[in-house]
Amino acid sequence: MDAGVWELLLNSVGPLVMGAIVGTIPLTVLSFVFGLAIALAVALARMSANRLVASVAAVYISIIRGTPLLVQLFIIFYALPMLGVVIDPYPSAVIAFSLNVGGYAAEAIRGSILAIPVGQWEAARTIGMGYTLTMRRVILPQAMRVAVPPLSNTFISLVKDTSLASSIMVTELLRRAQEIAAPSYQFLALYSLAALIYWLICSVLSLGQQRLERYLGRYVTV
Amino acid sequence: MSVVSVRSVRKAFGGHVVLHDVNLDVTEGSVTTLIGPSGSGKTTLLRCLNGLALPDAGIVRVNDVTIDYGAKPSREARKALAAQSGMVFQAHHLFPHRTALENVIEGPVYVQKEPVAQARERGMALLAQVGLAEKADSYPSQLSGGQQQRVGIARALALRPTLMLFDEPTSALDPETVGDVLTVLRDLAEQGWTMVVVTHEIRFAEQVADHVAFLDGGVIVEEGPPAQVLGDPTEPRTRRFLRRVLDPLADGREEQA
Ligand SMILES: Nc1ncnc2c1ncn2[C@@H]1O[C@H](COP(=O)(O)OP(=O)(O)OP(=O)(O)O)[C@@H](O)[C@H]1O
Ligand SMILES: [Mg+2]
Repeated sequence: MDAGVWELLLNSVGPLVMGAIVGTIPLTVLSFVFGLAIALAVALARMSANRLVASVAAVYISIIRGTPLLVQLFIIFYALPMLGVVIDPYPSAVIAFSLNVGGYAAEAIRGSILAIPVGQWEAARTIGMGYTLTMRRVILPQAMRVAVPPLSNTFISLVKDTSLASSIMVTELLRRAQEIAAPSYQFLALYSLAALIYWLICSVLSLGQQRLERYLGRYVTV
Repeated sequence: MSVVSVRSVRKAFGGHVVLHDVNLDVTEGSVTTLIGPSGSGKTTLLRCLNGLALPDAGIVRVNDVTIDYGAKPSREARKALAAQSGMVFQAHHLFPHRTALENVIEGPVYVQKEPVAQARERGMALLAQVGLAEKADSYPSQLSGGQQQRVGIARALALRPTLMLFDEPTSALDPETVGDVLTVLRDLAEQGWTMVVVTHEIRFAEQVADHVAFLDGGVIVEEGPPAQVLGDPTEPRTRRFLRRVLDPLADGREEQA
């Protein structure tokens, strides 16, 4: 590679990192937080004794997991306007990713709740706790530990999935790389740089995951 | 007035009848032990007393809470029944993510809304009472089986129930820790707690119980004071059971002879 490419690369680091800071990272964090809230509600609904509520949750999970994320994104950004619902690119992306995380994480959360022994429910009952209090004080804190590995996978996938938002003109890491690469034709250099930044973000998150698992597991046999 | 009265309680799982029209009375301040072979319905009967098991028919009264299972019991009635008693499980079921003290004060603080400082003080006193004051900040996984079981007893006592239920509190323990737990039970009995204890510890029943009920096949076959039921049983089934429990190899020897 000639010096010009190196210079372009060096000058691109700033804009790409900015793309991650204003686009990729907040997009990931917002969507994950909203997605987890949706997922918890869907998981509890899926386990509801009410058959209708449980089926609605099951259908939701099935649709989210059975259709491509890119199609979900396009429906919200390109198709909803035909029904009179126009949403800006950035919020469209947050909505699509949140709904997607909601569907995937719901199954992880449900599995982690079911993994808690029934004796914990019974012990909570005998000290006078109802459903909500038992969930909040006894089941969810333990389920969280079980759910961290699968939810971390969801989170790390989400970091990479936010690159799909480039297709609806959201300014994020990949979009920035495209914008610089197109006029200069330096696709190899720019996309490699983008890949490197994604990889760095995900590596940091993996480290965070390990620490979180250790923290949540502190009460398990020392 | 008796603390517990059970009338014609019937319970089946699927088609399998586990309790056949069982009657039981527990007088205030007494220790009742339920003994009997595996699968005879001891745990199920105990769980009917706090509503963890729902009888198909019959009447269960604990103090002034009465549920007639002729009709579907209301949520409130079940809650009221459950609130009468504290329960100690065979497998302790402590909350693993909370320390010993946190386990004990969980109910007082979050269910009974007791101020935290006061609950902690009472919790520490309860842990001291079961000999575990210095383990207050340990997680259940850091405790021995006997210690876990004693935390479970303190957790149940913390809600100030009027009746204490124990389901084989020593069966899952190493032999050397059984004594610590039985000592706590004996102390509670001496303090006047009304207790129902499912146990295989015949010596404990002899020494501590006021009343022994022998179950077999979902029926109370024989009941009365320990001296009679354990010392001089009239029913052949009771005799056979006691022989087996007191000398597990006896049957084999008889057959070989
Ligand atoms: N939840 C359940 N579902 C189906 N069958 C059950 C259930 N609980 C108990 N049983 C059955 O009911 C019968 C009585 O069980 P129970 O646990 O009351 O016996 P037990 O006297 O406590 O026995 P053990 O000494 O082994 O604890 C057994 O045959 C058991 O298999
Ligand atoms: Mg049992």
